[in-house]
Amino acid sequence: MKNKSLSIPYVVWMAFFVVAPLVLIVAYAFTARDGSVTLDNFNNMGVYFPAFYNSFALAAAATLLCILIGYPLAYFVSKESLLVRKVAMMLIMLPMWMNFLLRTYAWMSLLDDNGLINQFLRTVGVFDLVNALSGGNMTCLHMINTQGAIVLGMVYNFLPFMIMPIFSVIDKIDPRVIEAAQDLGADNAMVFRKVVFPLSLPGVLSGVTMVFIPSVSTFALSRLLGGGKTLLLGDLIEMQFLGNAYNPHLGSAIALVMMVIVLVCMAVMNRFGEGEEGVSVL
Amino acid sequence: MAAAVVCGLCLTGCGGGASSGVAAAPGSGGVVNVFNWGVYIDESVLDDFTQQTGIKVNYDTFESNESMYGVLKNDGASYDVVIPSDYMISRMIEEDMLEPLDFSNIPNFSDIDPSLQNPTYDPENLYSVPYMWGVLGVIYNTTMVKGTPDSWGLLFDQDYAGQILMFNNSRDGMGVALKYLGSSYNTTDEAEIRAATDLLIQQRPLVQSYVMDEVFEKMQSGSAAVCSYYYGDYRTMADVNPDLAFYVPREGSNLYVDAMCIPKGAENKANAEAFINFMCSTEAGLKNCEETWYSTPLLSVREQLDPELTGNPDAYPSSDFLTERCEVYQNLPQDILALYDSEWTRLMLASN
Repeated sequence: MKNKSLSIPYVVWMAFFVVAPLVLIVAYAFTARDGSVTLDNFNNMGVYFPAFYNSFALAAAATLLCILIGYPLAYFVSKESLLVRKVAMMLIMLPMWMNFLLRTYAWMSLLDDNGLINQFLRTVGVFDLVNALSGGNMTCLHMINTQGAIVLGMVYNFLPFMIMPIFSVIDKIDPRVIEAAQDLGADNAMVFRKVVFPLSLPGVLSGVTMVFIPSVSTFALSRLLGGGKTLLLGDLIEMQFLGNAYNPHLGSAIALVMMVIVLVCMAVMNRFGEGEEGVSVL
Repeated sequence: MAAAVVCGLCLTGCGGGASSGVAAAPGSGGVVNVFNWGVYIDESVLDDFTQQTGIKVNYDTFESNESMYGVLKNDGASYDVVIPSDYMISRMIEEDMLEPLDFSNIPNFSDIDPSLQNPTYDPENLYSVPYMWGVLGVIYNTTMVKGTPDSWGLLFDQDYAGQILMFNNSRDGMGVALKYLGSSYNTTDEAEIRAATDLLIQQRPLVQSYVMDEVFEKMQSGSAAVCSYYYGDYRTMADVNPDLAFYVPREGSNLYVDAMCIPKGAENKANAEAFINFMCSTEAGLKNCEETWYSTPLLSVREQLDPELTGNPDAYPSSDFLTERCEVYQNLPQDILALYDSEWTRLMLASN
């Protein structure tokens, strides 16, 4: 009985701040301006296909990059001494103490055609060298206002969400399991392939969830790093609320479709992790 | 989030302050909740106001008329004073979102330039008091652009591919193309609006990025050569980068007026009127003008400003130029607004 009463604040919190907003989004998505129930908001969803495609493609790329960077990092850090592990985790978390927008603004001035990176390359004579070799006329490395810059922004901002869960899962693998494998004659590669990697999959899956979902719905990144030239779902939805026509109904409909697609993606992914514990979002 | 905080402040503020008069003693005047554009005031003016009247100012900013509208539409009257632009004011009047002002509490209104009184967006001048005005123009970097351009065409010039900045909102962005094509800003002809979008889609490969206030950094650092923005902002940018120049295109341009209004149901209406009156004083007007470089509607302030500024036709165009070449945005009917949004989405999703 006692346990039940302790959960009341959480239930109330969830009801007000998770369930109620969801209900509102659904209600908005299926109504028109005059309050009548309608499916019109979904009729033109095909028009926005490029925005869906951009968002999911860039988020998938960012997630993949996060795995490629984050997994080895988490793996090798977990093999280090306690002190190194603590310092490394601290350093990984450190950028997150700063505001998301500030960090993104910093990337803007790094990546700009006249930004710090290009100024540096120019000063040390990289462009002169390239031009001398190729006979070209290169004045800068064009990085900002591209889709690559958006992916960079996603990876930079969400990488800790990939490293942390993988690290904590690998960290908790019982060393005796690995010793057992070694005793049975497995070499290092085989230990990793047959023991460590399968056991770390739940961490990867929750990392994927925590990187992919915010990446799909991100906004501002495309405006700041992509020059506003790649419309992402987050921007499209923002436009319905802050644009000329003020159409929260269409905005909610787009958000709802996005949520359904994300849920399907996650459900498919969790199939892969079937039998693993503690990662399901469904 | 910010709105919720202000709402909370408003609730606590109203208990003690709503009934106190216009010029109460310091510390007893209650609060006034102000919602203004970002970077659009000399903030010391707010302290001056509190000192003179005892009314505490809760100051909040917005980035666009549309975002301001969204906040008010959702929250009702969390704010006592808002400062939207012309077309948004007429939309808010139409939708009954504004409170008529009691001009007997705003005696400084008599200092407002008569040509800005009874504007088209508020024909009987019941709801609004002009705060600042100005003309939209083209800003370019003289070291990167050849000759002395005088047309909107500069923003569509192949020579400057990758160095052009465009507005990241449909009304201003479409406006550039509409004016270049010789249409009115306020056209309701769907074919003209579609033609403007087609032009913007052609322009898209030339555009470095679609931005709003990011233009400051990009123009100041010289990473872009051309943009369209306001004269007051040009002065701010030119302080940092003296290579920049400004012109009002010969095809004509947008005359905008931002005016102070009181949202329907504001809880501190008397304080709001005191605030509006204070902002129309010579002292506050002068400070704000010198901070923002926008054009003042206050005649007494104009007299005291540097003649180099008031004599400049870009900052204070002649009334002939204003009436013949410039247009104020008017509120568009809902179906045209929806068309703007869908056409803007078409531009943003174009694959070139």
